[in-house]
Amino acid sequence: MDIQYLKDQARQVRRDIITMTAKAGAGHPGGSLSCTDLLVALYFEIMNVDPADEKKPDRDRFVLSKGHAAPALYGTLCERGYFGREEFDHFRQLHGMLQGHPDIKKCPGVDASTGSLGQGISIAVGMALGAKHTGNPCHVYTLIGDGESQEGLVWEASMAAAHYKLDNLTVILDYNGMQIDGTNDEVMSLGDIRAKAEAFGYDVLEIADGNDMQQVLDALRTPACPGKPRYILMHTLKGKGVSYMEGQVGWHGKAPNAEQAEQALKELED
Amino acid sequence: MEKKAVRVAYGEALCKLGEKNEKVVVLDADLAAATMTNAFKKQFPQRHYDCGIAEADMVDIAAGMSTMGLIPFCSTFAVFAGRCYDQIRNGVCYPHFNVKFGFSHAGITLGEDGGSHQAIEDIALMRVLPGMTVFVPSDANECYQCVEAAARIEGPVFIRTARLPSPVYDPLPFEVGKGNVLKDGKDAVLFTCGILKEHAIEAVDILSGQGLDVALVSFHTIKPFDDLLARQYAAKCKHVFTLEEHSVIGGLGDTVASAVIGQGVETFHKIGIQDVFGQSGKPADLLKEYGLTGPQIAENIKNHL
Repeated sequence: MDIQYLKDQARQVRRDIITMTAKAGAGHPGGSLSCTDLLVALYFEIMNVDPADEKKPDRDRFVLSKGHAAPALYGTLCERGYFGREEFDHFRQLHGMLQGHPDIKKCPGVDASTGSLGQGISIAVGMALGAKHTGNPCHVYTLIGDGESQEGLVWEASMAAAHYKLDNLTVILDYNGMQIDGTNDEVMSLGDIRAKAEAFGYDVLEIADGNDMQQVLDALRTPACPGKPRYILMHTLKGKGVSYMEGQVGWHGKAPNAEQAEQALKELED
Repeated sequence: MEKKAVRVAYGEALCKLGEKNEKVVVLDADLAAATMTNAFKKQFPQRHYDCGIAEADMVDIAAGMSTMGLIPFCSTFAVFAGRCYDQIRNGVCYPHFNVKFGFSHAGITLGEDGGSHQAIEDIALMRVLPGMTVFVPSDANECYQCVEAAARIEGPVFIRTARLPSPVYDPLPFEVGKGNVLKDGKDAVLFTCGILKEHAIEAVDILSGQGLDVALVSFHTIKPFDDLLARQYAAKCKHVFTLEEHSVIGGLGDTVASAVIGQGVETFHKIGIQDVFGQSGKPADLLKEYGLTGPQIAENIKNHL
């Protein structure tokens, strides 16, 4: 697919993120904007999915382990055709299908209910293991956060992924360096995360700029290493695309007001 | 009378189920020799997954596997229900995934390993989760029935099993959510679950000999609970007693209490672990220490009438 088309989709998803969080007056724009390019690359180019047959058994799976980035997932699913933009009006609202965190029972296209950090990657490991067991040719992708990587379960799951040689699994780290209480280093340093991932048995790739569509695509297209799960260490910018949110811890879990939203949407026009 | 640990029956039931249903897979966390899933492992090596000493990971792996159409049975000690509670809650129950939990070594009859390993709170933890079915089989035969039923239920199921060998009674008709009347009576009713059935029967026999006609009702399903049967016997007998190898807070006793409220009950007394942790000891000594032997139960009931 034309890369300009993917970039346009990413810009639209970023607009969606601003629109829905501003409307709801809540949500997590910072970490949604940092992973938008990856989600667009996955849903529009890489993954075998079909909104018209959203439960087809051999579809590739995506688990948003950092479930608070739900606005990025919702924007992507919407633009990919899973539902209409009118749903954004009900984001985080009573009876809405776009819950504060992704809900498999309510939202089409969602493969796992996430939000309790550390669990998504473990569920993804189970999906990949189950796919191997049943001979399902699908590939399982999961996006984890850097703050999330402080959860022990991330490493339990990683150990199991290597043990069971899950080369049908790709774990992507959205490494924007920030979490609610501050930078990773202020809160709980991740240390040499690449060395850790390698030590746990992953085939590790690194994306220098995870907000560059071409770099994201190149990494995702790299053939799997037989017998090893893949880990993509993706450097990103928190709040990417909205000048006053970029690199700001404070925009982790805060929605823009009407005026701020207007400015953001203007910046995201072209 | 033949004795068999309910956990042993769990292992046997899984093998039988595995023969009939190829979707069944078994997960363990380095306790296959204790949870008795090693028999399944031997029979179906390709369908048994050891997750290592990582119970939380085991539960979410099972959640993921269930989305591929498999029916995973997670097995570990009941005391670790707390350890992987967030995974059971958010990973399995919240999306209502088809995952089963066969958690063994429940209650104080675990014995020598001591209070750190004796689950006295697992029923309470499990029954508050929306969509969760909770089974507490009272003997090997009932465990076979619970495992069979678990595979038929679409959604999460918890099966609490015990380590201690206990009498195997003739199988009774089994319906999910229905209690079994083991003995009718009119002076009082004793509700129980799990392997204390043996001691409950002894207690009711002792009371019979003393001229008290006490009904005995056993529940293999704590959730959904047989409210109707509990109400019927509470209304008829007026003096209600519950017996469980679990804390008297949040377990069978409280389940019965919720069911029978407003039935004109004159006496309501919960026999079980009285809000304390267990300790090391031989199972028989522990039962005596916590007042759960037949004669102690009989005396306890008599004192309240």
